[in-house]
Amino acid sequence: MAVQEELKKIILGLLPQVDCVIGWGPGPDLLCASPYFMRRPEEVDNFLAGPMATQNTALYLPEYKGKKVALVVKGCDSRSVAQLLAEKLIAREEVRIIGFPCAGVADMGKIAARLAPHGEPGEAEKAVYGEKELRITMAGRELVLPLAEIKADKCLRCAHPNAVFSDHFAGEKAAGNDDEFKDLAALETMSLEDRFSFWEKEMSRCVRCYACRNACPLCVCRDHCVASSRDPHWLTQADGVSDKLLFQVTHALHLAGRCTGCGECQRACPAGIPVLLLKRALSRAVEGLFGHSAGLDPETRPPLLTFQVEERTIKEKAW
Amino acid sequence: MDMQGKFIPRAQLDDWLAELAARFRVWTPRRAGQEDSGAVVYLPEARQPELNRKPTESAKRVIFPRSEPLLRFLRKPDPDQTGQKSLELQVPDADGPNLVFGLPPCDARGFLVLDPVYAGVKGQAGDSYYLRRRSQTVLIARACSRALTTCFCHWVGGSPSSTEGLDVLATEIQEGFLLQPLTPQGEEVLDSKLLLSAGKEQMEAAQSAWQAAEKTLGPGADMQGAQEALRALFDNAAFWQAEAASCLSCGVCTHLCPTCYCFNITDEAVGEKGVRLRSWDACMFSLYTQEASGHNPRQDKAARLKNRIGHKFSYYPELYQTRNACVGCGRCIKSCPSRLDIRAVLTKALALSRPAAGKPETTAPATVRPAAKPKVNKPATSKPVAAKPGAAKRGKEASHA
Ligand code: SF4
Ligand code: SF4
Ligand code: SF4
Ligand code: SF4
Repeated sequence: MAVQEELKKIILGLLPQVDCVIGWGPGPDLLCASPYFMRRPEEVDNFLAGPMATQNTALYLPEYKGKKVALVVKGCDSRSVAQLLAEKLIAREEVRIIGFPCAGVADMGKIAARLAPHGEPGEAEKAVYGEKELRITMAGRELVLPLAEIKADKCLRCAHPNAVFSDHFAGEKAAGNDDEFKDLAALETMSLEDRFSFWEKEMSRCVRCYACRNACPLCVCRDHCVASSRDPHWLTQADGVSDKLLFQVTHALHLAGRCTGCGECQRACPAGIPVLLLKRALSRAVEGLFGHSAGLDPETRPPLLTFQVEERTIKEKAW
Repeated sequence: MDMQGKFIPRAQLDDWLAELAARFRVWTPRRAGQEDSGAVVYLPEARQPELNRKPTESAKRVIFPRSEPLLRFLRKPDPDQTGQKSLELQVPDADGPNLVFGLPPCDARGFLVLDPVYAGVKGQAGDSYYLRRRSQTVLIARACSRALTTCFCHWVGGSPSSTEGLDVLATEIQEGFLLQPLTPQGEEVLDSKLLLSAGKEQMEAAQSAWQAAEKTLGPGADMQGAQEALRALFDNAAFWQAEAASCLSCGVCTHLCPTCYCFNITDEAVGEKGVRLRSWDACMFSLYTQEASGHNPRQDKAARLKNRIGHKFSYYPELYQTRNACVGCGRCIKSCPSRLDIRAVLTKALALSRPAAGKPETTAPATVRPAAKPKVNKPATSKPVAAKPGAAKRGKEASHA
């Protein structure tokens, strides 16, 4: 991939100026990469970008406070960086941003569903991503999955496949799509009772591992989370749906107007619970109320972290 | 192995499970959730077990629930002392016998890791909650027909058809299952009119299924010296920082793991009534080692990853003088959001402890079945610190493991 080679050149050029460059490298299989922390030129050889580069590199930024790091970002990752900057959680002079035209990432759940009649993804003897398809060899047979079918939903509706801002950019900018929040329609046509039982069913699989929380680049509490605080003891540790859902609602509300829709919460969930839906509903509400989309501009304060006597979009006196 | 095998055609499996459900709470791995997401989880439902995908979570919750009431309490005004309260305690009713059908053999071996911890070794009291459920749970594992890229049971003494810790081994053959009893309890559950007796031909079919499955595993690893290798790395912060760089400090690995057994105890009260709960905790959480003083001996995620891996392959086998506390199920690799590979860390630790074998290898980018050679990215900052004799000394951290 030409862009990948161009990215490697940029990374090599930046290595001497930074503590490390964060991107993606080989994972335990070729379906999905791992975050990759490059410090030495020879490590750059294994750098990967493409459908397997699922993780959000922005997650790690706050850990590197006081050090200079460079970050390779997909469009969605760059929005997380912009949001971290807008909230002054990281310092602009400490990060160098490397953008590229993202063609979308693979959704491991979709791959598993498409492979289900034949086996499971872990049984693949070989996996190669091409421009348009994923070729998997399983039990000696080659299966071809079109990328369009296995692309993450967030990518199908992605309006910003290029970094929203960057210091370096590899390749030609790609065109984005419209996001009309169509993913919410199915839930919203349900009655309230049905919707509640949908969540009851989904959350019953939750093991309370908090990967959803820890994978979120904008969760600021983490080790001091209401869900596990011991004193005060806000949430019971019972294995019940109500407390698990209460945590999800808390996370969603804390992210209202801050969530950029990167989808890491949902991708990280081992139980495959569609927790992103809750945040999407709030993102749409904030867009409607305040005309604000998170993570588009490192200078704009999120509407719920600030106060205006008169909101630009809410005409109180007109009521 | 007992040769008195039975056979059940696949079409009759649900009938047999239904029959068993009259005597046991029958758990099976079942697919749950939306088509494109969801997971395979153990549910107390005696029908249509998912047999094409391996369970996302381990079966440990059947015996060691995610959260269980240890006792209920009620504060009442004391009739004898005005203004004082008396405390009424109640032990929750015991649940009945369980049976798990369709767990992979590694999950069953997982209970053998939990046993010494809860059985009360060295004259200590055992854990009655665990032991009661353990003795009343029948395990019917299904031999794996194929290993996943993340499977490494053979590194730690297991195999796709391991019978260790099982009551019955089920092997898929000829549109059905060969069922082999391994314990008296196993014989008992196979005493059913729905089951046919198995012949020599079916035994042979099973044998070749085991061999075929064995071949799908990557090459094994020489785990000799893992205990010492990890102990020698105890003070090598740079090594652990490099290995933990991508870690999220979440509990995916511990919560899906069949051998992680740590818990927390909380009193959950509403007004005068409450329950004392025991629920899963995880050494990957910062709060796990938070002390009342505010001090936390495991400050960063590197220290926590060190504990998890050190505990599995060094502290546990040393403390209990037994097997490793890992059965190689690979869940912590497969479901890790960062896809951190415990095999790779272990391999690097072993390589550092074997000066002759030399340096860790660098990654070959294009291999696809890495079980063959776990990816070893040379840690950028981890210069192997020469292990001084005193370096093996363990801090108070290890004793918390
Ligand atoms: S959401 Fe956009 S930027 Fe992010 S991975 Fe998908 S296509 Fe790329
Ligand atoms: S809540 Fe989910 S989608 Fe939103 S920023 Fe956090 S991880 Fe990304
Ligand atoms: S990641 Fe999934 S299983 Fe883990 S706590 Fe979040 S919702 Fe629950
Ligand atoms: S440590 Fe990982 S591979 Fe080992 S038993 Fe636990 S989840 Fe399975």
